[in-house]
Amino acid sequence: MRVLVCVKRVPAPGARISITADGQAVDTAYLAFTTSPHEECAVEEAVQLVERHGGESTVLTLGPAEADEQLRYAASIGVNKAVLLPIDTADWDPQRTAAAITAAIRDLEAADGPFDLVLFGNESADAGNFQIGVRVAYALGRPVVNGIKGIEVEGDALRARRESDAGVEVYRVPLPAVLGVKEGINLPRYPTLKGRLASKKVEVVQIPPHAEPGGQQMVTLLQAAEQVSQTAILGNGPDAASAVVDLLEELGLLK
Amino acid sequence: MTVLVVIEHDRGTISPASLEALAAARSIDSDVHALTLGAAADGAVATLAAHGAAVVHQVHDDVLADFGPEAWGEAVAQAARALQPQGVLTCGTDRGNEVMAQAAARLDLPMVANCISFAPGDMSSITRVRWGGSLLEQCSLDASTKLVTVSPHAFEATEAAAAGAVSVLSLSLDPSLARTVVAERVERAAGVTLATAPLVVGGGRGVGSAEAFAPLEELAAALGGVVGCSRAVTNNGWRNHTDQVGQTGTRIAPDLYMACGISGAIQHWVGAMASKKILAINTDPEANMVTKADYAVIGDLHKVVPAITAEIRRRRGS
Ligand SMILES: Cc1cc2nc3c(=O)[nH]c(=O)nc-3n(C[C@H](O)[C@H](O)[C@H](O)COP(=O)(O)OP(=O)(O)OC[C@H]3O[C@@H](n4cnc5c(N)ncnc54)[C@H](O)[C@@H]3O)c2cc1C
Ligand SMILES: Nc1ncnc2c1ncn2[C@@H]1O[C@H](COP(=O)(O)O)[C@@H](O)[C@H]1O
Repeated sequence: MRVLVCVKRVPAPGARISITADGQAVDTAYLAFTTSPHEECAVEEAVQLVERHGGESTVLTLGPAEADEQLRYAASIGVNKAVLLPIDTADWDPQRTAAAITAAIRDLEAADGPFDLVLFGNESADAGNFQIGVRVAYALGRPVVNGIKGIEVEGDALRARRESDAGVEVYRVPLPAVLGVKEGINLPRYPTLKGRLASKKVEVVQIPPHAEPGGQQMVTLLQAAEQVSQTAILGNGPDAASAVVDLLEELGLLK
Repeated sequence: MTVLVVIEHDRGTISPASLEALAAARSIDSDVHALTLGAAADGAVATLAAHGAAVVHQVHDDVLADFGPEAWGEAVAQAARALQPQGVLTCGTDRGNEVMAQAAARLDLPMVANCISFAPGDMSSITRVRWGGSLLEQCSLDASTKLVTVSPHAFEATEAAAAGAVSVLSLSLDPSLARTVVAERVERAAGVTLATAPLVVGGGRGVGSAEAFAPLEELAAALGGVVGCSRAVTNNGWRNHTDQVGQTGTRIAPDLYMACGISGAIQHWVGAMASKKILAINTDPEANMVTKADYAVIGDLHKVVPAITAEIRRRRGS
C-alpha cells in the first residue's frame, strides 16, 4: 500500500497566543514548532498501515524551509520518504495550498505510481480551514471523508469510522481514497534514537510550488475577547475540602 | 440579495447549529432561504419558517437518504448554481464544514470556515476563528457566491417568523456519489457524555499515572459527573482520547469543571471555557488554569481530591 500524508508546521503556544505588532502573524519569537495533533496521528496511521499491509509511506508539507523539522520528525517514527513544497511566507491561502498539493501529488504519482491512500488531518491547528484535503480529493477525483477515527483495509476498499452526536458512522470507501483523520485514531509513538539518526539521512525532495492566490485573504489577526475573572482562593491543601463542598452545595451539585 | 442556509440534519433531526446559521444569515440580509437535503427533512418547514426562512428549498433524491459528504456537497453546489444567492451559509460543525468544502471544491470558489461576524449587508469582510477559537482573523472574501460556515455558539438561535414557502428543487445527482454515504451506524449507549455532563473532573499531567485517576473517578461518581483529561494525559497513554478536553478533543460546558493538575494551556482552555464555573486544583498559584478560574485550591491534588470526596460522604452521612 502506498500512503501519502500531508502535514503542516505550526507554532506550539502555551498559555496565550501573542500576535506580532503588525497583526500579520502569531509572534513565534519564544515558541517551538510542531505538527498539528490530528496530523501527528495521520503520520502514525500511515506508518501502521504500511507495517500491516506492506508498501511505502511519504510525508509532504508546503511551508518554509524550517518545515524540514516536521518532515524529519515523521521520518523518525518510520515514514519512508519526504517532500517539501518550499514557500517564502509562513502560509498560503487554502485554495492556493490545495492547488499546490494537488500538482505535487500528480508529479509524484507520474514518477513513482499512484498513492492508494492520501491522509490529511481533519483541520490544521492554526488556520482551521477545514477544506484542503477535500479540495485535493475532488481535484484528483477521489472519494474523501473527514473526521476519521478508525481505518481498516478490506480488499480494494476501506472501512472508515467516525464519531457523531448519535454514535459511530461507518463509511465503506473504495480505493484509491483520501481521508481526513482526527486525533484519537491511534496513540502516536515516540521516535527512538535509531529512528532519529535514520531520519537525518532521509532525502527531502523539493518541489517548488506554483499556484494562483485564492479568493480568501487574511487582513489581520485579532485577540479573542478574554474572560477576566477574579479567582476566589478557597484554601490551601486538604483543609479546603469543606469550602469546596460548600461551593458544590451552593451550585446545586450536591444532590 | 438572498442568503441561502444549508440545514444540517441527521435523518430528519435538525441540528441546533442550523438555527444559529439562520440567525447569522439574518444578520446579513432579511431575504433568507433554507435548503434541506433529503425527504427526511421535509418536516422541518415550520421550524425553519419560524427562524426566518422565507422559502424552504427541498431536494428529494435517493442518494440523499442518509448523510454523505460528496452527495451533500454536490447538491449544495447545484443549488447554488440554480438559485444564485449572494452567499451560502451552513453551520461550522464537522458535517457543515465538510459539506461546504465539498461544495467549494465543486464550484471552484473560496470558502471561509467558522465565521463569527459579518459586516451588515456585506459578505466580503468577515471575522472568523482560528486555533479552535483562541484567536480571531479578519479576512476578505472575493467570490461571485460567498461560501461560509458559522462558528457554533457565535449567533443565538432566535426566532423571526417568515413565510416558509416550500419549493421543490430538482437536481441531477449521480448515483456514484453514494460511494461516501454512511454505510452502517452504531448508536451510542444512553447516559451522560463528556460533552453533556453537568460536572467534569479533569486530570492533567499532575495526576502522574493512569492508576492515580482512581480518586478522580470516585469524586466524579459521587457527584454524577465524568472524568476528563488534558492532552498530556492522553499522550502518556494514561487515558483514552475520548476523555480529552480541548481544541483537538471535546468541548465541554458543565455547571462546574474541576481541573486538577492541569496548567491551562490555551488549547486546553478553549475546550473548557464554556464551563459555567471552573475550580482549579493546582500546586502552582501562578498556573494559567488557576489565574483564569473562578475558584481555586492551592495544593497537591493527591491530598485535596480524596479530602473533598470524604467531606461529601461525611455530609451525606454515609
Ligand atoms: C495544536 C495543539 C492542540 C492541542 N490540543 C490540546 C487539547 O485538545 N487538549 C489539551 O489538553 N491540550 C492540547 N494541547 C497541548 C497543550 O498545549 C498542553 O501541552 C497540555 O494541555 C498540557 O497538559 P497539562 O496541563 O496536563 O500538563 P502541564 O502543562 O505539564 O501541567 C501540569 C500542571 O499540573 C500541576 N501539578 C503538578 N503536580 C501537581 C499535584 N501533585 N497537584 C496539583 N497540581 C499539580 C503543575 O503545577 C502544572 O500546572 C494542544 C497543543 C497543540 C500545539
Ligand atoms: N501547508 C500545508 N502543507 C501540507 N498539508 C497541509 C498544509 N495545510 C493544511 N494541510 C493539510 O490539510 C489539512 C486541513 O487543513 P485546513 O484546511 O487548513 O484545515 C491539514 O490537517 C493538513 O493535513
